[in-house]
Amino acid sequence: MWSFSEIANNLHQWLTGQFNDTWTLIIEMVLAGLAVISLFAVLGLVLVLMERKVSAWMQVRLGPNRVGPKGMFQTLADTVKLMIKEGVTPANADKLMFNLAPFLAIIVAMLLLAPIAFALNFQLWDINIGIFYIAAISSLSVISILMAGWASNNKYSLLGAIRSGAQMVSYELSAGLSILTIVVLVGDLKISSIVASQANGWWIFKGHIPVIIAFLTFIVAATAETNRAPFDMAEAESELTAGFHTEYSGMKFALFFLAEYVNVFIVCSIGAILFLGGPMPLHIGNWEGFNHVMDYIPSSVWFFGKTFFLIFLIMWVRWTFPRLRIDQLLNLEWKYLLPISMINLLLVTAIAILKWHF
Amino acid sequence: MSVKKYIGDAWKGAASLLKGMRRTGYYFTHHKEIITQQYPDNRNELDLPERFKGEVVMPHNENNEHRCTGCQVCELVCPNGSIKVIFKNDLMPDGKKKKAIDKLVYHLDMCTMCNLCVENCPSDAIKMAQTFEHSVFDRNKLKKVLNKPDSKIMDGVE
Repeated sequence: MWSFSEIANNLHQWLTGQFNDTWTLIIEMVLAGLAVISLFAVLGLVLVLMERKVSAWMQVRLGPNRVGPKGMFQTLADTVKLMIKEGVTPANADKLMFNLAPFLAIIVAMLLLAPIAFALNFQLWDINIGIFYIAAISSLSVISILMAGWASNNKYSLLGAIRSGAQMVSYELSAGLSILTIVVLVGDLKISSIVASQANGWWIFKGHIPVIIAFLTFIVAATAETNRAPFDMAEAESELTAGFHTEYSGMKFALFFLAEYVNVFIVCSIGAILFLGGPMPLHIGNWEGFNHVMDYIPSSVWFFGKTFFLIFLIMWVRWTFPRLRIDQLLNLEWKYLLPISMINLLLVTAIAILKWHF
Repeated sequence: MSVKKYIGDAWKGAASLLKGMRRTGYYFTHHKEIITQQYPDNRNELDLPERFKGEVVMPHNENNEHRCTGCQVCELVCPNGSIKVIFKNDLMPDGKKKKAIDKLVYHLDMCTMCNLCVENCPSDAIKMAQTFEHSVFDRNKLKKVLNKPDSKIMDGVE
């Protein structure tokens, strides 16, 4: 059967037959880099189109429907437009930081892609502290936003960046705590063992109500961390024109835009891996026949299906709720989400110690 | 803040959020609710809302009669002077003179479609039409006379 892990293994064997170890490693790295970049491009195109269509239908509009069949090439046309546009650097901006910030945003997104399991046994880097690595690297993305806001030399950009800093520092806590609930249950930080622990059922089903609460907290915190509405204080079009990327144009703006969507994909895939079993098919207890049928669906289809379901959920939230005020935003985190997820973590720890989970 | 209120607030908040998501979810799955008009494509079968305001018109009946008494309320109430009423004196059969409109001049180029004239007209002589393709090459063409030539006031409208 064709699967990502088999293709990767065959490729590896063929390469080791042709070249020595060093060259094999170099070629594999280049191939992985190309794969990541092409995944970025495809994700940017698909997710932007998806967002525009979802938002249009939710707001009783039609959405893009002119370029190509059903408007499918709209984002491709937009990309071409962005690429041939001039990337202006403002005269009084801090030139180095201003030009570095979008690349930092995209580098952080690329680093986050490394430990994600796209299919069973198919990861770029199965590091033994996988989920900790993700939590650590994702907090770096605030630096690029602060950098962009500061270097633009523009009050709107700076305000957006400061707000974003306050928001990300706050929501990192509840995101981390909800990730910890699963780590407590699994007893391992490695992504592959988190996936393997869900072979007999996903954690959202196995872990009773506390895991469902953790899942909801994670979705809220993930929305906040990716700076999307209703937590888009960093952009806040109506207040700050476009927040930290007000001064950016052309491809530099496109990189921020791409980083936002790739980050959405990454947080959703992490949510899928932690709570919905990632590439694991849906298995129900002892239903042999059902489980067997589910096994026929490739694991990559499971992974992307779950991830896109979560992305749709986040888009649904975005196009339903109005933006929170900064004090409401911080109230929600510090007065509600943080205490709830702390008590929740305690409950999950009790469940894990007493082995109450299935 | 009591614990009961705290939990109640959190629950109420979550419930109200779900209500909103139910609404948008309904719109997402029911594409027949879409209100966007693909204008130049559906020019012949436009589906305009009832209260769409395109321009002020004066309806005439089949005998070329209108309901305008020339009371000037529309002219007075218009915020930017888009309407001018020009009078003439009709000679009645009994020899008396009666005030009537000669022309009701309407400047479409100044009109903001605020609907105040239509709302304030005591005899329902004018209304808003749904035509909206008003582009012309000469600005003077936007100065319109609402009453048709040789039109008269309808009997019984005072």
